[in-house]
Amino acid sequence: MIKLRFAAPEMLVDINDLPGLDHLQREDDGTLHIGALCRHGALERSALLATHQPTMAAAAPLVADPIVRNRGTLVGSLCHADPQGDWASVMASLGGLVLAQGPKGRRTIPVKEFVRGPFQNTLATDEIAVEAIVPAPQGVPAGGYLKLERRVGDFATAGVAVSIDRSGGKVTRAGIALTGVGGSTIAADEAAQLLVGGPLTAEVIGEAAELAAQAAQPRTDHRGSASYKRQVVRVFTSRILTRLLATEVEAA
Amino acid sequence: MSSLYEVVPSEAADDVPVMKVTIRVNGENRSAMVEPRLLLAHLLRQGFNLTGTHTGCDTTNCGACTVLFDGQPVKSCTMFAVQADGHDVMTVEGLAGPSELHAIQEGFKEEHGLQCGFCTPGMMMTSKALLDENPNPTEDEIRWALSGNLCRCTGYQNIVKAVMWAATKLDGQ
Amino acid sequence: MTAVDEIKIGGMGASRRRVEDNRFIRGKGNYIDDVVLPGMLHMEILRSPLAHARIRSIDTSKAWAMPGVRLVLTGETMAARNLAWMPTLSYDTQAVLATDKVRFQGQEVACVIADDPYIAKDACEAIMVDYEPLPPIVNPTQSLADGAPLIRDDKENQPDNVIYDWEVGDKDGTDRAFAEADVVSKLELHYPRSHPSPIECCGSIADFNRSTSKLTVYMTTQAPHIIRAAVALVAELPEQMIRIISPDIGGGFGNKVPVYPGYVASILASILLERPVKWIEDRTGNLISTGFARDVYLHGELALRKDGRILGVRMQTTADHGAFFSDAQPSKFKIGLMHSAFSCYDIPNAHLVARGVYTNKAPGGVAYRCSFRVTEAMFFQERMVQAAADDLGMDQAEFRRINFVRDDDFPHRTPWGFLTDSGQYAKCLDVGLEAIGYQDFLAQKEEAAKRGRLLGIGISTMTEPLGAGNSREYDILGIKMFDSAELKVHITGKALLRTGAKSQGQGHETTWAQIVAHELGIPAEDIVVEEGDTDTAPFGMGTYASRSTPVAGAAVAMVSRKIRAKARKIAAHLLEISEEDIEWELGRFYVRSQPDRGVTIQECAVAAYSNMPDGMEPGLDNTAYYDPPNLTWPFACYIATVEVDPETGVWDVLRLVAVDDCGVRINPMIVEGQIMGGLTEAYAMASMQFITFDEEGNCVGSNFTDYLLPTAWETPGFELHEVVTPCPHHPIGAKGIGECAAVGGPAAFVNAVIDALKGTGVRNIDMPVFPDRVYEALQTGQDISGAPPVRTDEA
Repeated sequence: MIKLRFAAPEMLVDINDLPGLDHLQREDDGTLHIGALCRHGALERSALLATHQPTMAAAAPLVADPIVRNRGTLVGSLCHADPQGDWASVMASLGGLVLAQGPKGRRTIPVKEFVRGPFQNTLATDEIAVEAIVPAPQGVPAGGYLKLERRVGDFATAGVAVSIDRSGGKVTRAGIALTGVGGSTIAADEAAQLLVGGPLTAEVIGEAAELAAQAAQPRTDHRGSASYKRQVVRVFTSRILTRLLATEVEAA
Repeated sequence: MSSLYEVVPSEAADDVPVMKVTIRVNGENRSAMVEPRLLLAHLLRQGFNLTGTHTGCDTTNCGACTVLFDGQPVKSCTMFAVQADGHDVMTVEGLAGPSELHAIQEGFKEEHGLQCGFCTPGMMMTSKALLDENPNPTEDEIRWALSGNLCRCTGYQNIVKAVMWAATKLDGQ
Repeated sequence: MTAVDEIKIGGMGASRRRVEDNRFIRGKGNYIDDVVLPGMLHMEILRSPLAHARIRSIDTSKAWAMPGVRLVLTGETMAARNLAWMPTLSYDTQAVLATDKVRFQGQEVACVIADDPYIAKDACEAIMVDYEPLPPIVNPTQSLADGAPLIRDDKENQPDNVIYDWEVGDKDGTDRAFAEADVVSKLELHYPRSHPSPIECCGSIADFNRSTSKLTVYMTTQAPHIIRAAVALVAELPEQMIRIISPDIGGGFGNKVPVYPGYVASILASILLERPVKWIEDRTGNLISTGFARDVYLHGELALRKDGRILGVRMQTTADHGAFFSDAQPSKFKIGLMHSAFSCYDIPNAHLVARGVYTNKAPGGVAYRCSFRVTEAMFFQERMVQAAADDLGMDQAEFRRINFVRDDDFPHRTPWGFLTDSGQYAKCLDVGLEAIGYQDFLAQKEEAAKRGRLLGIGISTMTEPLGAGNSREYDILGIKMFDSAELKVHITGKALLRTGAKSQGQGHETTWAQIVAHELGIPAEDIVVEEGDTDTAPFGMGTYASRSTPVAGAAVAMVSRKIRAKARKIAAHLLEISEEDIEWELGRFYVRSQPDRGVTIQECAVAAYSNMPDGMEPGLDNTAYYDPPNLTWPFACYIATVEVDPETGVWDVLRLVAVDDCGVRINPMIVEGQIMGGLTEAYAMASMQFITFDEEGNCVGSNFTDYLLPTAWETPGFELHEVVTPCPHHPIGAKGIGECAAVGGPAAFVNAVIDALKGTGVRNIDMPVFPDRVYEALQTGQDISGAPPVRTDEA
């Protein structure tokens, strides 16, 4: 922003060398803590995420490009509040939270309430985000992230984050969030709710995909028409869930 | 650089902030007084005369400016010089040993992995970091690792061959 | 004594590793931004945010007041020195800095020269320009509408927005052919605006030395001698006091041929300040204002007989040139070599009508690996051929084969006046079909369709004119398009070669030496090659349009032969026999009747300085200027296979087979590199690259987040094959290769996607073939025409 002369702050504080902020930790109950300086690249390479957080593991390699992933951070991406940001959808689908710290102490802000508008977050002017938190899953986490980009590093034409927790063959919790199809991340809550309470079936997947597409509020532009972007949402939602259906069948 | 004199611009505004940075560039400590808004790429090129690192875009896409920052590839056009204070930076000028080229440099020449040469330093730095982490990458892994470096001349196929050539040579050593 | 091994000495056919690599891999290239001169200042340009507006006033006072600012230039200050406007390479004029109006978004309005580029940019932001917006014209339809605003109201005798009307061919004969046709196949196409976008942007360093009156300009230019002449004209300085130095160039692709306002402004600034002034543009400046490419509309028709023979072709093209006609192209051909389309097919009748118009966009049109619009010509050709074969219900390969010019038909005069001289078109097609496994793929495709999978195969075949060009027909601004080589062989038999070409990555330092090695037997590593400095290089027209091997390369061969002819006389003198009794083998003259008695070329070189025959001038130097008798005609067959995902429209390239016949190959490794580079740009144009404008003339595609270049991840792999049909008139039988794949490639990809959609009723999707456009075509069964729309609020 500064380089392109869109912003000219009088003072800039570089937090990169602060210790104790680059952690990626998992509590015993599955709660994840992602420190403010945990880089996209670290998430991409993380064995912990590959095992325990498939939605995040699917998204990490798709953020920007490999070199940018060495510097950019998940928390930074959330704070930047770009409507095209990938992590915001992932975290929204997971019911994630931002941990903010200021002179009055710490507080958590649900990711779904963290963005006021494009490039505007709800941190107070004397607060800094120190961590992102993924709450403990209510079963075995499964999920995925699919993004239609015309080439590596492109902004998403549309992206879908799906995360579910399963226990005893039933979906106990679900979240679906959409990238690039509205003024900010869209939480497709109705679609997600449809999945909860029973097993995944082809029929339920089809309905959820349709609801997710309807939840999208895309604009027609040079990446595609609004109806096309809805179609991508529909297809991606269906594909992520259908793959989970297959793995469940395999496991059974 | 002589310490006999330092020319100071006579018309410099008083309120232009400057900070001192010391960066370990290609193994050697280099210091400079810089404005905080100076990009690392510009300090390397103009301040330290290491013109092998190039700039090719305004939006952090092309990767021609890639250097190794504490061993990791970063786009030096999207970092302020002051952020590199106290850190290690390797540029293309630091690739070759005292008496011989790095295997990656040899590989690029051997496999015709460059034409105009402008993206090449960035490509090689990213390739070095890749081979440091993954000494035997597949073609897909190479293409994925290089997907943040743009090239207009080669079509990438020979760049992939160059990296594989280097991997084979390093493996045999 | 055994003959010298040509491959060992780096002669023709050797995949000699490149000399220029030695500095590039060390990061020791000498690109324009690496050049630092003592006392150098930095220039930045303030650009117009509006596409069409009157300038009411410009207030530069705040800029002048900033510490470190040395000079501020506006159109007014330029006009006082007659420099606000400059001639273009197409006999139009272009604004250097805007005076009355701005005519495209991004147009140069003012310049600041300061101690460093950051200050210069700060000062640009402090310049206040008062604009009065005018309605912008963003496409040719608007340009030509009744009552359209006049963009070039600065010109006399310019009543509308039409730049030229041009026509070639036989209208009556073609009309008759169409009247007799069994089937007429029609197609409307738009080749979208694209941009060469080399990774290095344009720039210059102007250095006027008051004490010597010499102006030295370092410049990213593919044609330094043309620039020297242009600067002499524009700046009204004596040409012998101008030196243009083109250093290492980080990619040209035609972007670095025109004269840009930044160059001119930096020259004036240096003259006024008597200090070197460096201008390096940023990527936005490069994409928004420098020579773009393409942006041509076609209405094309083929007259067909039901047995598959093409009886006639009609093309009607409209070219959007932006605000100034600044193309670098041969002056006689307003739409470049568009009329070289269909040259590989034996078609008796053809008619082309071309119109060029002004719009409120950046100036240009001819650039980008295009050989003067041959990219458009061959894309239109192969898209029309594809549609025609489908309209007839014929196999794509067979349809082409039936219509090819046959091997024994050469020399062949095309209906638009070109003379093609050699080729083995059917053989190239066969090699390609075999490599891709044509019949197997068609069977696979049918099988896959039963399971709802969409596979497609696309063929593109073409012969294109390279090596502009012979002096009867070709000139730029009246200067004929010959080229040159100067060779000096030193006393120790090493040599220095200079040419009028200018490599931007094509490897001339390596390949020209190979030609000399081939002609003289001097090892290539003993020959140093220099280009780009007008003080030392012989006059040439530069490197673009794939003309270097055909023209400068020929000059290298010819000058080597001149040297060899002199060396032969020296050899006769050394061997004390008559010249008629002498034979030559690589590197050596010998006595025909006593082959063991001979002298090497190196021994001749020594003798040229120490033991000359009586009456012979000492030394072993010469220069050759080569006026090519004709263009050269490489041929290519590109075949792509793709799979389209019907649910998202995303398409992936399965394979790309390339068969190139570029005549004799000097350095096979370098030739293949050129082909792969061209294929990547073909893929880029087909799949993702484009520049467009919204209704207000705002440019979409002025940075790399919107102007998409493929990365190593998307770019497919390429399978390369070779056929060799030597050029009959070129001294070493070479034809040139630099642009072939960019010319013929795009149609292969687009044809493949359209083929995958066969049966849906879709005949065309204009490039870039984005997934959403494929999906929409699939859903509606309708063609998708024109560039993607910028933005609507439809939800």
